[in-house]
Amino acid sequence: MTPEPLVETRSVGRSFGRLEVLSGFDLKVEAGEVLGIIGPNGAGKSTLLAVLGGAIPPTTGTILLDGVDVTRRPSHWRARHGIATSYQVPRPFLGMSVLENLLVAATFAAGSRGHRAQAAAVDSLQRTNLERFANAEASSLRLLDRKRLEVARALASGPRLLLLDEIAGGLTEQEVPELVELVRSVAASGVTVIWIEHVVHALTAVATRLLCLSYGRVLAEGEPAAVLASPEVRRIYLGLDPEVAAPAGGPDA
Amino acid sequence: MTDLLSRRSASSTQRVSRWTPSSAVGTSAGAVLIVALAALPYLINLATIYAMIDLFVLLILASTWNLLAGFGGMVSVGQQAYIGLGAYSLVTLADLLGVNVFLAIPIAAIVSALVAIPVSYLAFRLVGGYFAVGTWVIAEVFRLVTIQIPQVGGGAGVSISAMSGFPRDLRIAVGYWVALVCVVVVVGSCVLLVRSRFGLALTALRDDPTAAATSGVNVDASKRLVYLISAAGAGVAGTLIAISTLRVQPSGVYDVQWSAFMIFMVVIGGVGTLEGPIIGAVIFWLLKQALAEYGSAYLIGLGILGVLFVLFARRGIWGLVSRRGRVDLFPVGYRLRLPDQTRRKQ
Ligand SMILES: Nc1ncnc2c1ncn2[C@@H]1O[C@H](COP(=O)(O)OP(=O)(O)O)[C@@H](O)[C@H]1O
Ligand SMILES: [Mg+2]
Repeated sequence: MTPEPLVETRSVGRSFGRLEVLSGFDLKVEAGEVLGIIGPNGAGKSTLLAVLGGAIPPTTGTILLDGVDVTRRPSHWRARHGIATSYQVPRPFLGMSVLENLLVAATFAAGSRGHRAQAAAVDSLQRTNLERFANAEASSLRLLDRKRLEVARALASGPRLLLLDEIAGGLTEQEVPELVELVRSVAASGVTVIWIEHVVHALTAVATRLLCLSYGRVLAEGEPAAVLASPEVRRIYLGLDPEVAAPAGGPDA
Repeated sequence: MTDLLSRRSASSTQRVSRWTPSSAVGTSAGAVLIVALAALPYLINLATIYAMIDLFVLLILASTWNLLAGFGGMVSVGQQAYIGLGAYSLVTLADLLGVNVFLAIPIAAIVSALVAIPVSYLAFRLVGGYFAVGTWVIAEVFRLVTIQIPQVGGGAGVSISAMSGFPRDLRIAVGYWVALVCVVVVVGSCVLLVRSRFGLALTALRDDPTAAATSGVNVDASKRLVYLISAAGAGVAGTLIAISTLRVQPSGVYDVQWSAFMIFMVVIGGVGTLEGPIIGAVIFWLLKQALAEYGSAYLIGLGILGVLFVLFARRGIWGLVSRRGRVDLFPVGYRLRLPDQTRRKQ
């Protein structure tokens, strides 16, 4: 008997009016995996994460967590059961300090109280290099630091499944490896990760599996190098001539 | 490795504090102010004491409406439903059922909160502007139902006899002290609420409901609880109006003007903060005293002032004060002590 995947979608579909962003989408993610997701803008990647996190209900299909149907469970229930989201467009609590932002997740998602919640918040501040901004109002942070805060808050909720949406864009040459190291350490502590990213070389450094999404359809899926080498991915996503040998990295390299 | 992590965490928790210099000063000043206010009836004339009761009612209304709109994101135009319910509950309890008039105040607050439970299930089906209009309609229904009840005087209203045991001067002073206790309890509860675990959820909800839900906050339940609490607050305000004016009329207590006042005070003072509504209530009260003789022109002036604030100072007066960073007069925040940073700055 194989164990249930941590999270599974069964023919999940989501439409916005007439626009069908996802349809018949099937996905299984095993505990401990780091699934990288790539795909052109507007492919439905962020919508997929929002459907998993509960912010957007699917129009059709089923979502399972540990084999249990959670399709109708609201966001806060999913957060308390280990799904944490770092949104592509950061959604900080602007009137709160950075520390307080993290305390919210540590208190309500992780269910810690008092000193334990504070310890979790401070720990994720340190892991994301945000400690010096601890008392700054979130509204005073620049976009890049807001993205860090987004990741820090997701970490502070003590997740089992971490959903990351484009967190590497705009980082410097030195910062990308730091971020990769952070994701690697999070994964090493037993957290399952789904990471959407355009900075492909960052993804391939940690992803155990890669999925390329294009307009609600899976173009390719599997071992990262194989996915990047697949002719369809090279043509549609990377914009390369499928006949020419693949260079290292992605469109950003 | 885990050992190292947990030890680091243990030491870091001692670095989180909840008091700031400003909140220490603010809270001490508040305590001194309360003592001074309690002594006031011995010091100033009765007309001013009477006017102060009005200020306390406004403080309660502004603080609780701010919880609802500023933290819960629910812009209600119907809190007068609970002002009326509180006032009529007091009359019913004290005059018809013979309950001690002071005991009737907390009971009336509980009645308001209980009635707010079914009402919330109705009102929460609506969002944004529809919620605002819906709450107004609900308040009108409360008024129409009250008019149908002859025991409390129907449309003409009812006088209160529960306070008639006191001679006039003492009655006003007692009304004042009761109102002072109520304002301290209500505003103090707002502070404790925002400082509590639930306050953390509320503040998150204020800033971004979607992110709050993703961080584990039960948004619907939190909103409902806030709605009940502000209904109780409006109910308390209603009881104070009844006790001080000695007469309750449907057209007075259910007047939508109360909502206009609440919006004005909170917008002027600073929405979504604890300090803002207090400042707004004091300013509104002063304007009311100074400009009352101008009749409707004064209301138009208030309206224009409110619109100017919405357009040019969205965070109100308190937002202007704390523009260069957050200033708390109450110890509601969390701060991390950063030893290495102070060293780096030097
Ligand atoms: N809330 C929404 N309402 C309407 N359309 C939306 C909404 N969210 C996303 N879309 C549309 O769905 C498509 C997929 O969006 P998204 O999932 O953000 O793509 P990606 O993250 O892959 O770039 C886009 O065409 C976008 O305009
Ligand atoms: Mg996206």
